[in-house]
This record gives sequence, structure tokens and C-alpha cells, in this order.
Amino acid sequence: MNMIAPKRRRLVLIGNGMAGVRALEEILARTPQAFQITVFGAEPHGNYNRIMLSPVLAGEKTFDSIVTNDRAWYEANGIELIAGEAAVAIDRDNRMVTGEHGTVRPYDVLLLATGSNPVIIPVPGHRLPGVISFRDIADVETMIASARQGGAAVVIGGGLLGLEAANGLIRNNMPTTVLHLMPTLMERQLDPVSAGLLKDDLIRRGLTVITEANTKAVLGTDKVEAVELADGRILPASLVVMAVGIRPNTALAKAAGLECGRGVQVDDGMRTSDPAIFAVGECVEHRGALFGLVAPLWDMAKIVADRVTEIAESDYVPSVTGTRLKVTGIDMFSAGDFTGDEHTDDIVFRDAARGVHKRLVVREEKLIGCVLYGEARDSAWYFDMIRNGTDISALRDLLVFGPAAAGVGEPAGPETLPDTAEICGCNGISKGRILTAIADHKLTTLDEVRARTKASSSCGSCTGLVERLLAHATGGAYDTAPKVKAMCKCTSHGHDAVRAAIRERSLKTIPAVRSAMGWTTPDGCASCRPALNYYLLCAWPGEYRDDSRSRFVNERMHANIQKDGTYSVVPRMWGGVTSAKELRAIADVVEKFDIPTVKVTGGQRIDLLGVRKEQLPEVWRDLNAAGMVSGHAYGKALRTVKTCVGSEWCRFGTQDSTGMGIALEEMTWGSWTPHKTKLAVSGCPRNCAEATIKDFGVIATEAGWDLHVGGNGGIKVRVTDLLAKVTTDDEVREYCAAFMQMYREEAHYLERTAPWVERVGIESIRTRMADPIERGQLRDRFLESQRHAQRDPWADRAAGVDRHEFTALATVE
Amino acid sequence: MDGNIVSGSVWRAVGVIDDIPRLGSRVVVSASGDIAVFRTADDRIFALYDSCPHKQGKLSQGIVHGDQVTCPLHNWVIGLTDGQAVAPDEGCTRTVPVRLDGQTILLAVGGS
Ligand code: SRM
Ligand SMILES: Cc1cc2nc3c(=O)[nH]c(=O)nc-3n(C[C@H](O)[C@H](O)[C@H](O)COP(=O)(O)OP(=O)(O)OC[C@H]3O[C@@H](n4cnc5c(N)ncnc54)[C@H](O)[C@@H]3O)c2cc1C
Ligand code: SF4
Ligand code: FES
Repeated sequence: MNMIAPKRRRLVLIGNGMAGVRALEEILARTPQAFQITVFGAEPHGNYNRIMLSPVLAGEKTFDSIVTNDRAWYEANGIELIAGEAAVAIDRDNRMVTGEHGTVRPYDVLLLATGSNPVIIPVPGHRLPGVISFRDIADVETMIASARQGGAAVVIGGGLLGLEAANGLIRNNMPTTVLHLMPTLMERQLDPVSAGLLKDDLIRRGLTVITEANTKAVLGTDKVEAVELADGRILPASLVVMAVGIRPNTALAKAAGLECGRGVQVDDGMRTSDPAIFAVGECVEHRGALFGLVAPLWDMAKIVADRVTEIAESDYVPSVTGTRLKVTGIDMFSAGDFTGDEHTDDIVFRDAARGVHKRLVVREEKLIGCVLYGEARDSAWYFDMIRNGTDISALRDLLVFGPAAAGVGEPAGPETLPDTAEICGCNGISKGRILTAIADHKLTTLDEVRARTKASSSCGSCTGLVERLLAHATGGAYDTAPKVKAMCKCTSHGHDAVRAAIRERSLKTIPAVRSAMGWTTPDGCASCRPALNYYLLCAWPGEYRDDSRSRFVNERMHANIQKDGTYSVVPRMWGGVTSAKELRAIADVVEKFDIPTVKVTGGQRIDLLGVRKEQLPEVWRDLNAAGMVSGHAYGKALRTVKTCVGSEWCRFGTQDSTGMGIALEEMTWGSWTPHKTKLAVSGCPRNCAEATIKDFGVIATEAGWDLHVGGNGGIKVRVTDLLAKVTTDDEVREYCAAFMQMYREEAHYLERTAPWVERVGIESIRTRMADPIERGQLRDRFLESQRHAQRDPWADRAAGVDRHEFTALATVE
Repeated sequence: MDGNIVSGSVWRAVGVIDDIPRLGSRVVVSASGDIAVFRTADDRIFALYDSCPHKQGKLSQGIVHGDQVTCPLHNWVIGLTDGQAVAPDEGCTRTVPVRLDGQTILLAVGGS
């Protein structure tokens, strides 16, 4: 090959998961500029925290909140991310990696982090649609979607993963049965007594648990219909999740001729049999051992970073790992060897009434393992002793009662732990590192500690410990009581408290709210001012005077700012319908003002892009003259109402969806909302207007209209929930107005209907909307507010309002 | 007010204080680029080149609070007194000397 030698060495990472990306972070922390880095990732996203898929499934976290490295991170670090393209070949002679779509990248150093594959038991029917595993976000999405469709689920495997999957499915209201081959659940982490307590707890949550269950076949013709057990029992199911174990993903390494056993074999420096290739994570086999938890991966990442940057010849030393089940409300921890043998002693504590069971295994006056069930708050203390091989002879009598009783510290808590003690198992963060960060950066809040150290930012089970360390280190200045999230750093109050105060104490201006609620900054900030402006506008329609200085630029200019400082103009097209006259007016404006780009938007109307600020009032005047008004494409406001052609033209249409869309847009345009609000009306269930991903979506049926709410496209697509089925057009309008008003009055600023519906629950919204009195009152308040809101901002500005916004102050040479 | 007075620059009247709304900004077009002139809640006046150190967002279009402005494009916060980005962001926008003579706003412009 005849190429100019690159200045920096080329590093290629295959596998954009937890271990690989952590290794990159460690490498960048050592030498930010040493490598030109490319990442091949089979999954189509940046890197996320895989262990948090369980809380995502259970509805406790959103996918966004578990993304640890978004695309901006790769960009900021100059890393080329080839996401959605698996690497399919490694040419070791020429040091090249090829991707499935043909991308080729050369390397000087190659890092394999391909993780592992779930084991699928090859029983008959295992390939039927509806049989999945639990490994990535796509699996979680499949589970949530199938829970929505109804039917029952069977989870095969009663280990950590299987139980977290089953718990998540139950939380999605899907009847779920767990099948486990062994007599007790999680036998690799729990002794039989605690496994029994766990089983009871899970049954209480609504799970069905069948132990010693041998799966014989998955039944079904085009898709899963049931699971058959060896004893002949048949369990109907529309979803089967196999969580029976994982196997290192070695296919690529094997094909490239690297030495593999069960995993890709590595030495203590994480080097494979080819010195230019390293491997980390679940794909490796180190001294015969395989890995299935994150803690060891963090250590591997450090070793590989030391090695490839040639900073140190450090070696990987395996250490004991601990496990927790991430099921909210179940407190358990297990670590080390908890079964014991003839050379060990058991110390057992049991309080059946409270469901607490603790078992400590001691060999030669050292703790070698423990299981804590029902009360695991002292886990860090025990885990530290296990890892350090601490001599416990002096504490032995009271050991099982925890550090408080054992008298090694008053009060009991993480402050009694040595600095080396690991606090956050997910991220491998020691007490010492947390304390150093608190001291060096004067941290006072949990969020700051999370941002600096990553401690408590993953599974969250160490949050209590981190909070206590923080409280201790800051001399009690930190309040551990559960807190609502403050609106912004100008105040300690949350959104709901501020809204309530505005109503109850009749606060009518932004300065009045700030002084009544004790704001710490004189003018607030760019985050609270727009929120307060909206809350006041919503609370006092017609009375509150909008504060344009508290509006984000787009809402002040009534146009969208573009990256070059020009603006875009989107006139309203009612229900997506236009006319020759409107199109002609638009064409004239484009020519007259030399507007560079005209584009049809995703919202069924036309966008004029690249308009200069000083041209805006003139452009609007011309559009107004043709009868067009602002489309509010820039606002936290009613945006578009998409429609399909409906019964007027379409051979399937059952109702006049276009007419309904126009009627709804006429009713709702001009309203300010917590975040943008989009509507759509489809003329039949084929749903060409995509009404099921709108904030308020209407679908015509033979019998009337189905009303759907809380959907959106965007980064995280959410399909709507059904709000009600109605028969008359009047009801559609009434529900729409009432729903808009409930959202306007109750959601937090910048919260779209989708997260709002998830936060408050569709059930409560449905119940309240079903009440004709409450619905009527909401509708009336909406219409009253609309009396003041439906004023075209463009007409006002074309007539001279806020002229200073559009013209320069002066021109000097 | 202070700022880096470039040799050869002269004080030029660009308007009066009430031309700019409180917590607002107006642009002065100059040969060396647009200058954003800001007015705080307590009627102090500052001037910066109208270009965010991040990706050249127009600071004149941002939200003003205290003696800072939040850029409209990606929410960096820039100090009006010194043009410095507030940590954790890093960068600086050039300030322009500005003073009030009664109601009149004077900018030091021109020069080399
Ligand atoms: C112009 C348009 C793209 C196009 O050329 O088609 C567009 C352009 C922008 N979208 Fe959009 N979105 C446009 C339709 C959509 C749609 C499709 C739809 O409405 O059916 C979606 C998905 C549906 C939805 O909202 O749920 C969409 C989801 C987003 C999101 C993600 C929202 C979310 O909740 O996750 C953002 C980001 C945000 O709002 O924070 C966004 C933000 C933006 C912004 C405002 C980004 C910004 O802050 O500058 C873009 C403004 C460009 C401009 O100046 O005009 N745009 N955007 C579309 C205008 C529709 C209209 O006529 O008003
Ligand atoms: C639901 C769930 C819950 C868990 N809970 C816990 C827990 O509570 N505690 C704990 O310690 N551990 C937990 N784990 C285990 C933990 O997530 C894994 O140990 C860890 O993710 C392994 O990291 P890795 O980088 O080796 O593999 P992964 O994170 O799986 O990353 C491997 C990546 O490589 C990609 N890839 C594979 N082949 C190719 C190719 N040829 N080309 C390009 N890309 C490729 C894959 O798509 C994947 O994105 C959990 C796992 C799951 C699935
Ligand atoms: S998807 Fe929307 S936000 Fe993203 S670039 Fe396109 S218009 Fe802009
Ligand atoms: S351009 Fe100002 S924050 Fe990005």
C-alpha cells in the first residue's frame, strides 16, 4: 500500500458497548491525542448502560437517561462512530477491519469488545416470532410493545436477568410466568432460604413461578402461542423471553484465527494471541474464567488502557464480584462463596416476620462470602471485608448485626469504611475517590457527585451510601430527605410548588414569583424565566402581560433561528390544506425576498428558510395579505394538525378527517403549551396521518372517533394511549379542548404530553376526562384562554410591534 | 466602561439607552462585524461582538440575566463584562468599549 503515514496511531474498537467504550474513556484520560479512533458498533446508537435496561423495561427510567455516551461525546473526542454496522472480518496480515456494509478501516491496535450472545435453548419452536432474549434495547422495545398488545408472557430462566425481565413485564401489566429448571431461584447468587423468600416476594407482585420446570417445546404456527413443559403442562403465551445464560461472542475472533476457548483468550495484559489485538469485556476468557458482570470490565478497561498507551505494564487481577437484583422494593445482595463447605462456618441471622435473612460464610476467621436478603444496607461493609480478606476474629460475635452493633463506628454507615472500600459497584468507584472529588471540587449535591465521579449514576442502589458520604463530608449541610427536583439553580422549589404558589397566592408577575419564592438570582436565568412566563400566562389568561424578555429567541421573533442566524418562516396551512392563492402568495414572497430554500415540512406545510431578521416583518405582511397567519412552528405552542384526505376522497375513509382537522386547528391555534403540541386526524384505522404518535390523535372508525393521547415521534418514539371512544364531532372537540387544558395546567414546562402521561399515568387522566363535569370545566377554561391567545403575532409585528427586534440600532463604518 | 480600546478608535454615538429594552440587546452593524449592545435590568450597558465563542450564535438574540447572556443556539452562558464563557464551557468573545453620556450610548469603534 502506498499511503502517507498517518501521524497518530489508528485504534479500531469493535463493539460499542460497556467494556469497549469504557476502555476508550480510560485511554482518552491517559493520552487524549495518541490515537485516531474508529468504533464499529452493531447497535444503531451511541453507548448505553446495558444494566439499566431492566429499569427501562419496568418504566422507571427512559432510554435517554441511560445513554452514557451520546453521539456528541464521540464527536467531541474526535472518534469516528460507525453505528449500525457490525464488523464482519479482521484481516490480521494487512491489519484491516471490514464492516457488513463494506466499510474498511486500517488499524495499528485493535480492541475487541463484542460482549456475549444470549443462549437460546434449541427446543422445537425456538425460532418462532415472539421468542426473544433480553440483551439490548431492541429486546426491551419488543417486550413493551407486546405487553401493549395483550396476551401472556413466559420467561424461561429464573436467574438475575430472567427475574428482572419478568418483573418488568408484570409492571407493564402483562401476566407473566417464570420457568426455572432448578429447584430454587437464582441458585448461583442465593442460598435456598433467601431464594424462598424471593419467590414469595415475586409471587406477591403477581408473578407465577414454576421451579423444576423443563421446557419441552415452544408451540405456535406463525408465531408463539404457548410453551409446553416436559410434564405436559401447556402455558399460553404471546411472548417468550429466554434468559438462560450468555455465551462469549467469539465468532469474529475465531474466524480471524485468534486463540479462543469458551471466550477470546487473553493474557494478564488483556492481549490476545495476536499482539496487536486486545480484548475486554464479556467476550474474553482470562485464565479460564468468563465474565458476566460489569465490575470486572472496569478493571479490564484500565489495564488495556495502560497497555495500549504504554503508560504501565499493569496486569488484570480477578476479584470477587457482588450481585444485586434490580427489582424496586427487593433489597438483596450476594457476593463471594456463600455456599461454604466442611472447612467453613455459617453465621446466620433470620427475622422471618420482616422477611430478613443474612448468611455470612467464614473460613479461617475471614469472611469469604455473604447473602443478604430483605435488608442489604450493610453490603458495602461486608463486601469490603471479603475483598480485603480482613481478619474478623474480634468482630465475630456481632458481625451479622452490621457495623453499628459491631461497634466499629458511630453511627453506622459508609463513613466507617476504609477509603479503599468500593461504594459504586456498577462503576467501580471507591469511597476515597468520592471523598476526593467532594473536597477538590467543593461538591454539595448528589448530581454533582454523579457528574464528577459517575458514582450512583448507574443502577442507583448505592445512592444512599453516596448521600451519606456527602452528608458526612459536608458536615451535615447536605439534606438526605427525598427532594423534588428544583426548577433550576436559581431556586430550590420544584415546578409543581411554583405553579401552586402562583395560583394560591395570586402571584401575577415574574418578579412577584421570584420574591415570594425566594429566588437566589436577581433576574432568574434562561431556564426559569421562560417557564415562569408560561405558568403566569396559563394561570392568568387575558390578565398577564407576556414578558418578551423571558421568551426564547424563536418565540420572541416568531420565527425559528437557524444556525447561521437567519430565520425560517412557516405559515399556517389549516389541516394541511392549501390553495392556489396561498401557493401563489408564497411563491411571490420567495421571489420578492430572494428566499434561498422552500421546503415541505414533516408537518404538512411549507417552510421558507434563510430569511434575514430585518426582512421578517415584510415577509409576514405579504403573507397576511393573502390571508395566512403564523404557523407557530417556533413555539412551545400548538404546532400542526396533520390530516389525511378522509371520506371526502379516499375509498376507505369513514369520516371527514380533513374537516375535523381544520376544525380542531381553528379551535386550538395560538395556544401556548408547556412544550410543543401536535395533533392529527386520520379518516380510518389505516391511520395515514400518523395520529398514534401525536400529542392528541384522532382516528375515525365506522362508529365515530377514537381519541388517542400522549404520543410523539422525536428521539424516543412513544405510541399514544387510548383516551376515549366517542361518537359525535362535538365530543371530539370537547375532549380535545379539555385534554389540552389539563396538559397546559398540569405538565411541567418543557415536558411533552408523552413524558407527562407517563409521569401521572394514563389511568388518572382517563378517569378525570371521563367525568363530564370536570371535562366541561377544563374545556371552558381552554376556550376562555383562547379568546385572548388567538391573535396573529405576525400581523402585530408587521404593524410595528417590537420593531426594535428586527432592526439594527445603528451602522458605523 | 473598560474594554480593549484599539488605537485609533473613536467614540461614536449609536443611540440612546431607551432604544434597548431592559434585559435586551440591539445590534450595531460595524465594519469589523456586528456588535451586540446589551442593557441589564439595572440599566448598565455592555457591548460584545455578536458571536458566541462556541459556534458563532448571535448573542444579541439570547436571554439576558444579571450581567450574563445565554446564547440562543446551545445555551452557553457568556459574561457581559468580560466576554468569557461561564464554566464548564471555555471561550471568549471580544468586548467593545462602551459608555453612557447622559442617555446617549457611545461605542469605541474603528481604529486598527
Ligand atoms: C421544519 C421541520 C422539518 C422539516 O423540514 O420537515 C422541523 C424542524 C425542526 N424541528 Fe422538528 N421539524 C418538523 C417536524 C417534526 C416532526 C414531524 C411531525 O410534526 O409530524 C417531528 C416528530 C413528531 C413529534 O414532534 O413528536 C419533529 C420532532 C422534533 C423534535 C423532537 C421532539 C421530541 O419530543 O422528542 C425536536 C426537538 C425539540 O423540540 O426539542 C424538533 C425540533 C426542530 C427544530 C425546531 C430544531 C430547532 O430547535 O431549531 C427544527 C426547526 C427548523 C426550522 O427552523 O424550521 N423536532 N419535528 C418540521 C416542521 C413541521 C411544521 O410544519 O411545523
Ligand atoms: C438486562 C441486563 C441487566 C444486567 N444487569 C447487570 C447488573 O445489574 N450488574 C452487572 O454487573 N451486570 C449486569 N448486566 C451485565 C452487563 O450489562 C454486561 O456485563 C456488560 O454489558 C458487558 O459489557 P461488554 O462491553 O462486554 O458487552 P456489551 O455491553 O454487550 O457490548 C458489546 C457490544 O458489541 C456489539 N457487537 C458485537 N459483535 C459486534 C461486531 N461484530 N461488530 C460490531 N459490534 C459488535 C454488540 O452489539 C454490543 O453493543 C446486565 C445485562 C443485561 C442484558
Ligand atoms: S431532524 Fe429536525 S432537528 Fe434534526 S436536523 Fe432535521 S430538522 Fe433539524
Ligand atoms: S453558538 Fe452559542 S452556545 Fe453554541
